[in-house]
Amino acid sequence: MTGDTLYHKKKRPLEALLLGAVYGAASVSVLLLCGVIGYVFAKGAGTLSWSFLTTVTSALKQTVGIAGNLVNTLYIIVLTLLAATPIGVGAAIYLNEYAKPGRLVRLIEFTTETLSGIPSVLFGLFGMVFFGEVLGLGYSLLSGAFTLTLMVLPLIVRNAQEALRTVPDSYRSGALGMGASRWHMIRTILLPSAIPGILTGIILAVGRIVGESAALLFTAGSARLLPRLGGGLLENVKKLGGKALESGGTLTIELYLQMQNGKYDVAFGAGCVLIVIVLCINLWMKLLAGRWKTR
Amino acid sequence: MEKSKLLVKDLNLYYGANRALKDVEMEIRDKAVTALIGPSGCGKSTFLKCINRMNDLVENVRIRGQVLLDGENIYDRRVDTTLLRKKVGMVFQQPNPFPMSIYDNVAYGPRLHGVKAKQELDSIVEEALKGAAIFEEVKDRLKKPALGLSGGQQQRLCIARALAVRPEVLLMDEPTSALDPISTSKVEELMEALKKSYTVVVVTHNMQQAARVSDDTAFFLLGAVVEFGPTAALFSRPRDKRTEDYITGRFG
Amino acid sequence: MKAEKSILPGAGSLIGKKSGAAAERAAQIVFTACASFAILAVASITLYLVLSGTPAIFQVGLKEILFSTVWAPTAAQPRYGILYVILTSVVGTGLAILLGVPVGILTAVFLAEVADERVAAVVKPAVELLAGIPSVIYGLLGIYLLNPAMYRLERWLFRDSATHQFTGGANLLSAVIVLAIMILPTVINISETAIRAVPPSIKAASLALGGSRIQTIFKSILPAAKSGIVTAVVLGVGRAIGEAMAITLVSGSSVNAPLPFRSVRFLTTAIVSEMGYSSGTHRQMLFTIGLVLFVFIMVINLILTRVLKKGGQTP
Repeated sequence: MTGDTLYHKKKRPLEALLLGAVYGAASVSVLLLCGVIGYVFAKGAGTLSWSFLTTVTSALKQTVGIAGNLVNTLYIIVLTLLAATPIGVGAAIYLNEYAKPGRLVRLIEFTTETLSGIPSVLFGLFGMVFFGEVLGLGYSLLSGAFTLTLMVLPLIVRNAQEALRTVPDSYRSGALGMGASRWHMIRTILLPSAIPGILTGIILAVGRIVGESAALLFTAGSARLLPRLGGGLLENVKKLGGKALESGGTLTIELYLQMQNGKYDVAFGAGCVLIVIVLCINLWMKLLAGRWKTR
Repeated sequence: MEKSKLLVKDLNLYYGANRALKDVEMEIRDKAVTALIGPSGCGKSTFLKCINRMNDLVENVRIRGQVLLDGENIYDRRVDTTLLRKKVGMVFQQPNPFPMSIYDNVAYGPRLHGVKAKQELDSIVEEALKGAAIFEEVKDRLKKPALGLSGGQQQRLCIARALAVRPEVLLMDEPTSALDPISTSKVEELMEALKKSYTVVVVTHNMQQAARVSDDTAFFLLGAVVEFGPTAALFSRPRDKRTEDYITGRFG
Repeated sequence: MKAEKSILPGAGSLIGKKSGAAAERAAQIVFTACASFAILAVASITLYLVLSGTPAIFQVGLKEILFSTVWAPTAAQPRYGILYVILTSVVGTGLAILLGVPVGILTAVFLAEVADERVAAVVKPAVELLAGIPSVIYGLLGIYLLNPAMYRLERWLFRDSATHQFTGGANLLSAVIVLAIMILPTVINISETAIRAVPPSIKAASLALGGSRIQTIFKSILPAAKSGIVTAVVLGVGRAIGEAMAITLVSGSSVNAPLPFRSVRFLTTAIVSEMGYSSGTHRQMLFTIGLVLFVFIMVINLILTRVLKKGGQTP
């Protein structure tokens, strides 16, 4: 047994092959990404212009633009977050601070998990029937926002829960020991410390909303008009509010419709804007995560 | 007993700029138990890992000097580390069985080295488990997960796993520090038995253990070997004041 | 100010406590309601999908729907068989998994075990970015780049065929490629987390037994990360089977058996592309297709919770 020498590198052709496959797979993944982003930019950059961002596509005025879709996207983001954030954070507070392990908690966790697994087409179908027909909202930004509220809820709940979990127990017992009520403790101690995590959930939700299409196609519709302003302040506020009840297509919907019609230059232009938004959201997340870590 | 298995010459190890081993020289005898003792952070574990080149995995480590295994320098460029580690097995401080069945744990090494035939594997597994004095306890549940065993059993399983590749040298890094006294005494008995067929090098923080099980002992301090020699002599007539201080419990 | 007041002696501590308790109770009720919202949502979604999906079953008959291969909802004699649609979703998802999972797992291995930390620090955010790209963009690239390339391949492959129906590149294979790319980030991220969670002692044990780096990765680390990797695959299946907008245009526009160079409809794309002009039984059938998709997703969810539970049990 001592006869064989150590001075002999064993040849392992199969392993070299496997290692090659590992490198190959990684390169494919990276190239795909660079390809996707690079290509959309290369194709779409030509379309991008100030008027593309600030006008509405109109055959009459002979303009091509996505301003209406940007406004619609903003509407959906704001309306969705207005509904989803309080509910999501409230649910996280319940799960972390009030609930005792048992059937109810398991059911809540299971259904939250289920919500995050349901495909967006099905959210679209449900939204169309429930918000559109049963509640009579029709194709409207509000109907779309309600539908997306259900969709992004798990993101907000999970991130808020994560954040609440990292708040040390000593904070809780400290506050409660001083005679603060639990609600007071949550408001003054817990929520402020959990804000970065809640913000993470919100940003992720924004990313999801910006990229969503199937669920909105059936609920928010595809109109691309800008809100018509004019008259006094009160009137304008009314008009802006009223827009929530009108149909409106987000940027992704516009992209989809344009490519369906073979108008690829507009589609790539919209794609460019979408990718810039996604990049910004990612960057924002990174900054937030970095800040959170250093604290 | 007198033949040397490992010869360490002028071994130095650096973590970045920090010199963790200083000019270590040692002659480790074949079919004997050599104990490495010293306070924590003295370099005894680092030295142990030099013998099967597990330090290669650590970033920023540079090693100078020679470790000769049967006359061959294991730090030679031509050395195949997998072959080296097959010859120089290792048992870790924390039992670390794979999340697989008991059988698959022991068969893991032989399979790596190309043993495929079921019958041959069966006999290797049985032999290794017997060698580690755990066969009787597990023979009826070889297909059960290894993580279901107690800590002491897991450690002996890890010894069996190391034996299954038929090493010549067995390195043990504080193998009993995570175990209860009964399991510890079982592993100590095992070391006695193992030296009939293997060269054993064991790191221990427990001086009684070193005194009980080893033939030779090396006392490490701040990365250097202060004293090395037959265990009986080292414990009864330490030549160096620092060795005496350590074994009488004045520091460490 | 309030807190200070209650410390004052004789400030009616009983009354203070009572109003505090009311607020406390109200808060608890509100939070419980928020948490129960998810239950309500899932219950309503289930209810409405069932309510809207069942009428067509009674009209058309379950047997005709599930086992007939003829989908002709606008014909004079309408037929509503969705067997090919179901099969397309199953086969398409399966092929996408077959294509995407190996690449994904190997990339995860690269990130967690092979790559330099600095390289990983660049590649990992890139993969995360890939996950955030809207599905319509994948669809756009699919229809603009992939379909023409596929059409060229198709023309070359079937140059002598008299019977082949040319799809212009919008076929199952194109859709599978898009889906495979779309599940990559999910598979990579979750597998990488699972691989990194394997204790270093496992790796050390394998190396100390004389395992090479590759043997160690494939024989000890990956098996130890098994439950996480299975989770990644199941989530990938969920993502692939539920994806609609990316493949609606890429997969073609007619219902066919799921063969690589055939134009096909998935469960999702059938709903998206026909909802606009459907009415009556046809529209109800689209909801039935939604219900079938929902059943698939619920089964996948159940499998997932099983896997996670099992993974949690082994220490």
